[in-house]
Order: sequence, then structure tokens, then C-alpha cells
Amino acid sequence: MILKMAAVRRMMKLYGLGFHAIRQQTSLRASRVPQQRAFHVNGAQRQQPFDSSVEKPQFPGASAEFVDQLEFIKPNVISGIPIYRVMDRQGQIIRPTEDPQLSKDTVLNFYQKMTLLNTMDRILYESQRQGRISFYMTNYGEEGTHIGSAAALNPNDLVFGQYREAGVLMFRGFPLDLFMAQCYANADDLGKGRQMPVHYGSRDLNFVTISSPLATQLPQAAGAAYALKRENSNRAVICYFGEGAASEGDAHAGFNFAATLECPLIFFCRNNGYAISTPTNEQYRGDGIAARGPGYGMMSIRVDGNDVFAVYNATKEARRRAVAENQPFLIEAMTYRIGHHSTSDDSSAYRSVDEVNYWDKQDHPISRLRHYMTAHGWWGEDEERAWRKQSRKLVMEAFERAERRLKPHPDLMFTDVYEEMNPGLQKQKESMWRHIQQYKEHYPLDLYDK
Amino acid sequence: MAAAAARLLLRSVSSKDPVTNIHASLHNSFGVTLLKLFPSCTFKPKTQKRHAAHFTFHPDPVPTKYGSTMKMNLFQSVTSALDNTLSSDPTAVIFGEDVAFGGVFRCTVGLRDKYGKDRVFNTPLCEQGIVGFGIGAAVGGATAIAEIQFADYIFPAFDQIVNEAAKYRYRSGNLYDCGNLTIRAPWGCVGHGSLYHSQSPEAFFAHCPGIKVVVPRGPIQAKGLLLSCIADRNPCIFFEPKILYRAAVEQVPTEPYLIPLSQAEVLQEGSDLTVVAWGTQVHVMREVAAMAQEKLGVSCEVIDLQTILPWDIETVCKSVVKTGRLLISHEAPVTGGFAAEISSTVQEECFLNLEAPITRVCGYDTPFPHIFEPFYIPDKWKCFDAVKRMINY
Repeated sequence: MILKMAAVRRMMKLYGLGFHAIRQQTSLRASRVPQQRAFHVNGAQRQQPFDSSVEKPQFPGASAEFVDQLEFIKPNVISGIPIYRVMDRQGQIIRPTEDPQLSKDTVLNFYQKMTLLNTMDRILYESQRQGRISFYMTNYGEEGTHIGSAAALNPNDLVFGQYREAGVLMFRGFPLDLFMAQCYANADDLGKGRQMPVHYGSRDLNFVTISSPLATQLPQAAGAAYALKRENSNRAVICYFGEGAASEGDAHAGFNFAATLECPLIFFCRNNGYAISTPTNEQYRGDGIAARGPGYGMMSIRVDGNDVFAVYNATKEARRRAVAENQPFLIEAMTYRIGHHSTSDDSSAYRSVDEVNYWDKQDHPISRLRHYMTAHGWWGEDEERAWRKQSRKLVMEAFERAERRLKPHPDLMFTDVYEEMNPGLQKQKESMWRHIQQYKEHYPLDLYDK
Repeated sequence: MAAAAARLLLRSVSSKDPVTNIHASLHNSFGVTLLKLFPSCTFKPKTQKRHAAHFTFHPDPVPTKYGSTMKMNLFQSVTSALDNTLSSDPTAVIFGEDVAFGGVFRCTVGLRDKYGKDRVFNTPLCEQGIVGFGIGAAVGGATAIAEIQFADYIFPAFDQIVNEAAKYRYRSGNLYDCGNLTIRAPWGCVGHGSLYHSQSPEAFFAHCPGIKVVVPRGPIQAKGLLLSCIADRNPCIFFEPKILYRAAVEQVPTEPYLIPLSQAEVLQEGSDLTVVAWGTQVHVMREVAAMAQEKLGVSCEVIDLQTILPWDIETVCKSVVKTGRLLISHEAPVTGGFAAEISSTVQEECFLNLEAPITRVCGYDTPFPHIFEPFYIPDKWKCFDAVKRMINY
């Protein structure tokens, strides 16, 4: 046993030397290569060089001093990372130097996109209550995070989302007809009617198709950002997720990969206080999500998610630096989920109506921006009334068109599993049609494209 | 966890080749010296010597249609395929745990020096991250070649493979896909790999529409099939039988070439019985066929399935229609193994031609054991006995 231990120790020593030699060689090589913008090695530079002559810690795993007193590091959760804010609840700019000075048209566009999303939410939510679509998830209270961040991006920046980011698509000009087509799964749906409602995607608008499994998009966003970095195309990736999804292992993977592989990526966390019924104190014990960023070596900030300008400013600066420096940024937008989690959830079972009302009536991203516009003389009661009427009309028209449209051809159940259709699948398709020909009265064929 | 375990295994695998791994040979000679110094620790060859390999590698004939060839073992032919890909496709990147210095099985040796550290790089030790990152890179326009250090450690990435990679194209209506993703992983038993360095998880993936699963039997197939996986517009999992990394040597073309996916290969024609296998087990079955011929006068048709999903139903059924008997063998446990799928399909398609029950000789329904490996694997004697019973049925 002792012998074995000795052998193992000796072996480990040999390995250590080997690895050390490799590391030294790499660092030498790195120092000779002229620094390229795209592939500078932040991490390696931060790591201290090995030098046995100095009386300092030489551990390769961290760069730190010795201390001679026992002391555990305390998490700071009482006084957490502060929440960046540009305007107060009455729409007043707090510090003029932080005012993004957006033009009237830009601000009106923000407001109209937020309210149009809100109108669409109300109509589709009701349509689900009436059984006209199978499922829906509203964006109440989080409209500001979508529009503020989307506006700060370039249109060709790639978006990975969770499912509560329809405002990003809205901002990029995704037509109401296509939102509806997806929810109705009709023949116009770009996704060919295969996914549940609100699982939108658009190639033209660089919005990667939503999927239900939470947080899977985080490491994917890192990979996509890495590919864009190599293309040297001056594009960034933004990846949205909720504070609940941040508990998944994939979130850890995504953060760590993005940092070590130096990806031009913005992680955008919507911390709305709940993951379905689970409040944040059952989700984590640290200082929210933003506090995790520095642990991964990631630049991080927390913003008021009901302040569209604060979201805009933070995203704009993160985007600029992410692309210039090839490093990830983490933005945690503090919000409140005003609506139910989804149409399959009644949130009054786990939270008070008073709490919801506070956020709906007294601190809402839409009302705050409206205060700002009113103060500038850009918006009044008349404009509000006219826009409400017009937006409702736009949504209702699209809604009715979507409802009338047939469902996609049943053959589309079998395509796109692979790029090509393999013989086994071809056979299954033929077998389905043989069956349906014989039993057609038992299938809703008249609702589908022919 | 994977990395440390890998290094342990690497040492034993590479100890057969002292030139390429100085560390291993140093360690070995040191260990031997220690043992000699200690008087009570004498060699007992009969009990101490490791059990002989359970198969004999049968090299394929030298391929003539793809230009010049070079003697390569399986890990070198994988490197050659990766080299060809990196040189012809500027978007191609290779990543995983410890791939930068050449990989724990030497499959990526020299590639980082040749193509740069932005194209061949280490990732943090996190399998779900590796596959998620690979999917994203493919979506972002890169040819992504991810390595999972052992097939045994692919399960943390199961969600990314099954729910994401496999369904990307379908769920987006073909707006997005990750067809440019290939996942490579060492696979199969290795003599002493125990529970977590021996698994053959192909059947877990065979139940998942949207991915392709491929296993080669030797260096020539490894290169041609891997290049096909990389070129294929669907996410592929490529399992490399790690016991063959050094053991299998043949003449492999140096230029790129493709061996089609979803096509089984009939390695030996026969008339009495069809045997189907993949990976290392193909070599076991070739030996079984020779034994059956010699001892029983039975003519076996040997088929290498090569692609598990989507598999080549036609070639297998055509053979069974001719022979009337089917034996399927794989290292993975029998219950829910891929042999069950082949068996029930052939039974459906060839019912009138079958003259004996389809037989499966597989691993037992236990975890893969350490010291009991010789009793666990479906070796040539278990397969030979099955042939005998089927012929006498």
C-alpha cells in the first residue's frame, strides 16, 4: 500500500512537471505571437507566471496573497449589487448625463412596440381562455426589458431567448400575422405548426427558434458567439433567460464557457421574482444572478427592468464592449412577473393580489415611459386613445386572418426530422396515408391544407 | 472526473507504445523496478498477466480508389480525418476536454500547432456545455467537432443531444439547424475499463429521431465514416471503439474520402446464417464465422451495420431472406439494446423466411464490471455456441 502510494506520488510529480513544461511553452509561444484583436488571451495573462524564487503563493489555480488569519468570505446579500436606474417612477431623468437622449420617433417607437405587445398579449390570453388556441404566455411587466435591450442591439445580432421575449421580435418587426400563425399553428407558421404556441423563431430577424427546455440556449449562445467571433463579422449574441432557468446546470456551463472561450455575448437575465410558483428565496441564497457573474470572471450589472432607458444603456454599452473586447457581459434586469406564469397557471394560488397590483399600477415599464413622453409633450390622452384603438384593430385583424387559415399539410409531420427523408420515415408516411384513406371520417382532414 | 479517469486509462492503453508516450514508459519502468526491489512481490504470470484480447483485428484490403495510403492505427486515421477537415473547411473547430495537447487518446495530436488555438481548443470540464456549445457553434455557421472524452460521460449532455440537437431543424421548420455538429466519443470495452470507461450507449440514442449514430470497425472505416459524419447536414454521434485505437492497423488513404452513412457492409458472403454486429464485435463475429465454417461446416454471412441510426434495414433483410437465420451481437446490455430493434424489424419483414428464432448474444443486464469483464462480454465462444444452437434448431 505504501509502495503504491509512493509510486502514485512520483507519477503525479512527473505529470505535474510535464504539464508545467507544456504551460511554460504555451505562454512563451503566446508572448511571441503578436496580439490579435480577435483572439487575445485574457485568462492566460491574468494568471501569474511561475517563479520559485519569490516568497509568494505559486498555486496555478488562483492569483492571490497568503493571509495568516482564518477568515471565511461572507456573501453580501443584504446590501447587494445596486440597481442601475435612469428615470424614476414618474418618468423623470435622475442624472442628465445618463440620459440616452433618444429622439422623439425612437421613444414613440419604444412605446408603441411595448403597448402593441401588451394588446396582443391581452387578445391571445383571452383567446386561450376561450379555447381558441391551446396555450399562451403573456409578457406583462417585462415589456421594457425586451424593447430596451432589442433597441440597443444591431439588427443582425443573434438572439437566443427563453419564451418571454416576444417584445424583441416585435421590436425587430416580426409581423403580427406571423405571431398569430405560430400560436394558431396554421399553414403560414414558419415553424410548420410543430411547436406549442409562443415558440417563435425567425431566420430573417436573427431570432433563434424558442424551445421549451430551460437554459439549453445558454451554452448554445456561447458557441454561436464563438463562431461569430471567428468570422470577425462584428456581430454579438444576446441570450435571454429567467432567474429560475439560471439554476440549471446549462447556465453554469454557458457562463463558464463564454468567459474562458472569450465570447462576444450578452447574458440577459429577467429576474421577475418567480419561476412559476417558486419565489426567488427558494431559487437561490446569493445576491441574485448578477452576483454570480464576477465568480465566472464576467463583467456584470443589475438594472431596473421597468426602466427602458436603463435597460437600453446597459445593453448598448455591454454590446459595444463585448464585440470590441470579445468577452461576455451579464445583465440582470429586476422586474416583476405581473401576469400568470402561463395560461395553465393561476398565480393567486401562491402570491397576493396586492403585490401584483403594486407592480401593475405603480411601477410598470409602460406607464413609466408614458410619463416621460407626457413630460416632453410627445404624448397626450388623444394620442393614447387613437393608438389604443388602432393597435387593437391591427391585432384583431391579424387574429381573425390567422383563425380562418387552414392548418399545414400533414406531410409536414415527417419532413425536417433529418435534412433528407430516410426510407424508414418515407415508409411510415405512406403507411399513415394508407390508414387515413381507410378511416378518413375519424380524422380532422378538412382543417388541414391539401 | 472524466479527465482524471481518462489519464489513468490512457496510461494503460498507451503503455504498449513507449515511443509516443514518455510519461507512460517512465512510470512503467519505475513501477517494475519497485516491484523487483520488494522481495515478497514476485510475478505470478498465470494470475497476474492481463487476459488476452477477446478479438483478433482483421485488416481490410488496401483501398485503391482513393490514392496513396499510409499505415495508420485507428487514432491516427481519426487525426487524419480531422486534419483533412480543418485544412479544407476554414470554419471547422475541434473542442472538448484536453484536446489541445493531443487528447487523452492522441486523436488530436499536432492539430493545434498546425491550425491554431482558436480552432483546436480545450473547454471547461462540462459535457452539457461541450454539446450545447457545439450546437451553438453549428447554428452560428461553424463546422463543430466536439469530443466527449468517454462515451460513458455523454449522459450529462443527453438533454442537449436529445431535446436540442436532434430536434433543432424539425422544431424550427428548417429555419435553424445544427447539422454541422459532429460529436466524437471513445466507446466500448477496453479490457479493464469497468463501469465508466467501457459503455456502449448507442441504443439510448437510437430511440431519438433527428440524430445519426455511427460506429466504425477499423481505421479505414473510421476515417471515411467520420468524414461523412462531418459532411452530413445532420447532427451525428461518432463512437470510436477505443480498444482499436492502437490495436487496429491498416493502410488508410491520406486524402479525404467518404463512406456513406446508413449503409451496412457485407464483409463476407454466406448462405446458412446472417450475423450482424458493429465496432469491435465485427472482428469477434468474423472469427466466429471462421470457427462455424471449420468446426460445423456452416457458412455465415457477416454484416457490419456501421450506422446504428438510421440503420440499413434493406441490406440486413436481404441477407436474412437468403440465409433464413439471424444472429445479432453487441457489447451493450441485451434488454433495450439495439439488437432488439433489428430483431423485431427482421421478424416483421422476413417472417416467412426465418427458420430459427432470431438470436441475440449481448452483454448481460448488469453494469459493466471490472474484474469480471472476460465473463461479461459476448465473446466468440458465446457467439459460436449460439450459432450451433441455431443451426440445430
